[in-house]
Amino acid sequence: MSYESALRCRECGREYPLDPIFSCEFCFGPLEVDYDYEAIGAVISRESIAAGPPTLWRYAELLPCDPAFRVDIGTGYTPLLRARRLGEALGLERLWLKNDTVNPSWSFKDRVVSVAISRARQFGFEAMACASTGNLANSVAAHAASAGMEAFVFIPDDLEQGKVVGSAIYAPTLVMVEGSYDDVNRLCTELSGTHRWAFVNINVRPYYAEGSRTLAYEVAEQLGWRAPDHAVVPMASGSLFTKIWKGFQEFARLGLIEEPQTRMSGAQAAGCSPITTAYREGSLNFVPQKPDTIARSLAIGNPADGYYALKTMEETGGGAEMASDPEIVEGVKLLAETEGIFTESAGGVTVACLKRMVESGHIRPDEETVVFITGAGLKTVEAVAEETAEPLRIPADASAFDEALAARLAVVAGVTSEGS
Amino acid sequence: MATKRVRLTFEPDLIKEPVIYRLGREFALVTNIRMADVDESVGWVVLELEGKPAEIERGLGWARELGVRVDDATLGDVVEG
Repeated sequence: MSYESALRCRECGREYPLDPIFSCEFCFGPLEVDYDYEAIGAVISRESIAAGPPTLWRYAELLPCDPAFRVDIGTGYTPLLRARRLGEALGLERLWLKNDTVNPSWSFKDRVVSVAISRARQFGFEAMACASTGNLANSVAAHAASAGMEAFVFIPDDLEQGKVVGSAIYAPTLVMVEGSYDDVNRLCTELSGTHRWAFVNINVRPYYAEGSRTLAYEVAEQLGWRAPDHAVVPMASGSLFTKIWKGFQEFARLGLIEEPQTRMSGAQAAGCSPITTAYREGSLNFVPQKPDTIARSLAIGNPADGYYALKTMEETGGGAEMASDPEIVEGVKLLAETEGIFTESAGGVTVACLKRMVESGHIRPDEETVVFITGAGLKTVEAVAEETAEPLRIPADASAFDEALAARLAVVAGVTSEGS
Repeated sequence: MATKRVRLTFEPDLIKEPVIYRLGREFALVTNIRMADVDESVGWVVLELEGKPAEIERGLGWARELGVRVDDATLGDVVEG
C-alpha cells in the first residue's frame, strides 16, 4: 500500500490525479506528490524504520509507490562518516560526509531511479528512458536490467568512457547523440512527447524527484534522529537541494525529529552556475547558461528547480558558492587524501565550495555540517588522471627500489624547503 | 494544431526588439505570454505558442538565429547528470 494522495502544483496548488504527468495545465508549475501524513504518522516510528531493510525502502511509507512494485537493488542507507581530517584541514569542528558513492551504480541517482522505475511498473510502463551525461544513464540501465524492462538511454557523444561503459554493460538501447548539449535537450524533449516510455525525469518526474528525500531521512537517522546545523549539497537542476530540505521538514512533521534549523547551502561549478549567480545577485530568477565545466554531472544550464532552490536558501539562511575547474580538481584530491574517498568531479565541486564557504565565514567552525558526496571518482578518471603523482618505475630489484625512493624523498624535501 | 511552452531569454542588445510581436505577425502563430521579467540587463518571457508544429519550429528557429535563447519552459533541461 502507498500513502501518496494526489499530485499538487507547487505554484498554484491545483490538485491532479496520480498520473504520469509533470506540469500544471494552468500555470505550467511543476507537480509534486502529496501524501496522507496523518496515515503515515499512525504507522511510522523510529523503531519501525530501524527494523526495515538496509536500503532506502526502509522509508517505504514515505515513497510515492506501492512497495509491491519496488525495484530494490540495494540502493541507499549509505554511510555517514565523521570527516575529522578534512574538517581539520578546512577548520570545521564537526564535519560529516554522506557517502553516496557506494550505491549500486556508484551515484545518488540510484535513489531517484529506484523510485521512478518502481512507480513506472505500477503505471504499467514496459520501457524506461532518460537523457543523461552519465550517472542517470548508468542507473536507469542498471535498474531496468534488474526489473527485466527495456531501457532507452540517450547520452552526448563526447562522454567519458567510464560513463559510457557504465551504461552499456547493462545492455540498454544506448544512443549517442551528435551535436551540442542544447541539441540533445531538444531531441529528448521531442521524443518524450511521441513515445510511450517512462522518461524518468520527464513524465514520471514528480515521483522520481521524491527519491532524493531519503538522503535527508538517512542523515537524520544516522545522526541519532536530528538534523544538522548546515547541509552543503551539489546543485544541478536544484531538485536534490530542495528535496533534502523537504525530507528534514517531513521527519519533523511526523515527530521523528525536532523542527530542523538546518541552513541549506548549494554548490555549483563556475562553468555552469545559474543558481549561484542568481543568489549572488540577490535574485530569485536565474538566467540560463551554456554549460562549460569538467563537472559534467552538474552541467544543467536551465535548472528546473532553480527558483525553488533559491527560495530554500532564503528560507533557511543558507547560500551558494561556485568553484572553478582547477578548484574542482583540488577538491577531488583533498577529499581523497584526507578521507580516503574518491569522488567524481561533482564531489570536487562540493568540497571546493565547502572550502570557500568556510573561508568566507559563511559556515562557522562550530556548525555541525553534512556534505553530500553524490558520485564515485572512477566514472571521471579523465578529470584527475594527470594531476596524480607519477608512480616509481623500477626493475624488480631491492636496491633499485631504495634508490628510487631516496630520489623521490629528495624531490619532496626540495619542494617542501622551496615552499617554506 | 499544437501548443508549445518556451522560455525566451534576451541579452541586453535584444531587449528592445519586438520579437514576440514579430513571432505572431510573420509566422502563423498565436502567442500567449504567461510570465515575464525584463530589466535593463536581461529579459525573459515564458510564452505559449499555438500553431502547426512545423510553423512553431520555424518561428523558434528564427528567434534563435536572432540571438534569443530558447528553452523549454516547463521542464528546464532534460539531460541530467
